[in-house]
Amino acid sequence: MITAVTTIALIALLAGLALSFASRQLPSSKRDLVESVNDLLPQTQCAQCGYPGCRPYAAAIVEASADINLCPPGGQATVERLARLLGKDVLPLAKAAQPTVAVIDENACIGCGHCRNACPVDAIVGAHQLMHAVIESECTGCELCVAPCPVDCISMRPLA
Amino acid sequence: MTAATYDLGKLHGGLRLPAHKSASTAAPIRNVPIPAQLILPITQHVGEPAQPVVGIGEHVLRGQLIADHDGALGAPVHASSSGTVIAIEPWPVTHRHGDPSPCIVIECDGDDRPVAPGNTPGNLAGSTPEALLSQILRGGIVGLGGAVFPTAQKLMQARTGNLECLILNGVECEPYISCDDMLMREHAAEIVGGAQVLMQALQIATCFVVVESDKPDALEHLGAALADLADERIILKQVPTIYPSGGEDQLVQLVTNREVPSGGLPTDVGCLVQNVGTAAAVFNWIINGEPLISRVTTVAGDGIVNPMNVRARIGTTVADIVDFTGGYAACAEHLIIGGPLTGKSMSTDRVPLVKGTNSILAVKKSSFAGRELPCIRCGDCAAVCPVQLLPQQLFWHARANNETKLRDFGLTDCIECGCCDLVCPSHIPLTANFRIAKGRIQELADEKARAARARRRFEARNARLERDKLKRDNELTQQKEAAKRAGPAAIAAILKRKQQEKEGD
Repeated sequence: MITAVTTIALIALLAGLALSFASRQLPSSKRDLVESVNDLLPQTQCAQCGYPGCRPYAAAIVEASADINLCPPGGQATVERLARLLGKDVLPLAKAAQPTVAVIDENACIGCGHCRNACPVDAIVGAHQLMHAVIESECTGCELCVAPCPVDCISMRPLA
Repeated sequence: MTAATYDLGKLHGGLRLPAHKSASTAAPIRNVPIPAQLILPITQHVGEPAQPVVGIGEHVLRGQLIADHDGALGAPVHASSSGTVIAIEPWPVTHRHGDPSPCIVIECDGDDRPVAPGNTPGNLAGSTPEALLSQILRGGIVGLGGAVFPTAQKLMQARTGNLECLILNGVECEPYISCDDMLMREHAAEIVGGAQVLMQALQIATCFVVVESDKPDALEHLGAALADLADERIILKQVPTIYPSGGEDQLVQLVTNREVPSGGLPTDVGCLVQNVGTAAAVFNWIINGEPLISRVTTVAGDGIVNPMNVRARIGTTVADIVDFTGGYAACAEHLIIGGPLTGKSMSTDRVPLVKGTNSILAVKKSSFAGRELPCIRCGDCAAVCPVQLLPQQLFWHARANNETKLRDFGLTDCIECGCCDLVCPSHIPLTANFRIAKGRIQELADEKARAARARRRFEARNARLERDKLKRDNELTQQKEAAKRAGPAAIAAILKRKQQEKEGD
């Protein structure tokens, strides 16, 4: 009787110690969750969700302050994947967006470089006072370069 | 003559299909005359499109390089005859089911003058494997069985592994197609000669030439060619007539009894498979100095008046080729490039013959039609699947768009042979569904890769901005400290100077 009780108590103690060690020493799950959510986002860094980038939005989702349907470039598929990961209900996408790339009108460009500074993924190149150009393969279609342009020479072209 | 052995290796599933080949193998291969216009797509291979190296208006000769591969996976394109380049423009092509893609259009002058012979070795003596490989790359040779993978790059990949044997695929198991059969009958010497070149390039000492048991004539001719050559390293093999024994992985299993691992390549089990037509093309380039500018193709089907095999220049339109054979029959409703099971439907016959075009089929629609009914889960599809997949489960998950399950059930291993379609009592187009699902999985993977790239660039940019800010802050602090050290009098002097400069402006 005593042996049995002692054995069980010992096992419980060891298990408790192991668990407390794990919870303190291993990386916290919340941080991992933010990373997992971030992995599902399209990384356009467009801020159309209202947060300054994909990771801040991921953090906001995990903190439960943000809905999962705010990412227009991700589309409904991303909403569904987020819902599956987080065990939430699928919501209809708040705002739909078509995949696009930025195009600079080369004749109108004055080479001010404002668009280059605004691009979150360094997809715009050009020297000061000379024509700038978009590297199409790197452009995420975030539209962040459109507003800063003083001569309105950047337009968004839908991807075929 | 090398003894032909009948090898009954193990192959799961498969079907014995009516061959429909006797009509097109009755007569010898005929040459299609050079057309007035050649249309040469810059994408005739797996990989990046070739880059045109000729301008509009330029005169080119037969065998002249007109589009070069640019370092990435790809193959160059050569002019199939002499003439003038009149356009580089989109034209309907086979790999896009008749939708347009960029092509180089040559107006032929009819002289068919060849380009001055290049620096092809002409013989094998003293050629190093590296020299042979780079030479094969320049010949524009791709896998002629239909997969059009650039041959040189396939050989280079194979050389990095532990290679034991080369397998030349003369199985040609799909109904109607008989171009390899005819090539083996009429050009057996080129095929075994090509085998010698390939073995030299790969530095291996075993080659199996594999033929299906329903091609006794081809076997005989190959045997005679081998006897002439007296090369003990090349062994002739026969495999049973079962579709799809000519699939790359299936053939390896039949010949060596080794199974190619899921997601792997035949080189993982020490084998490299090349089509017999590819071997002949390698021989013609390395020994005779002629790049890949023509090929044998089968014109067949109920909708063709005179089924036959023809040799045509790459770039001849399908319409011209069919006209040459005698035109379409009244019942022709459906044009397919490739075999009836794995081929592609075309919306037009203005598409040019390309390196991978092994057959042109015109058929009645009713030969394939059948109303689609719900799956009754009979399991016949699983019994015939040569890769031992469960098509009914895959179909289920493909309909539900469940990528994870599709991957778990091995969709990526599907070779799209079409056996499951043929046996399905409910006439479900399973393979079509699998192709779409594969496309979707690829799309998803591309999207993921794109996101990862954007994320790397974003993080790199943030790191750079952070670095710049730190550098600026440091400089500012240093300037402030320098000013402090100089004392208030010096600061006042500097401020005064600045003030004067401003007023002076």
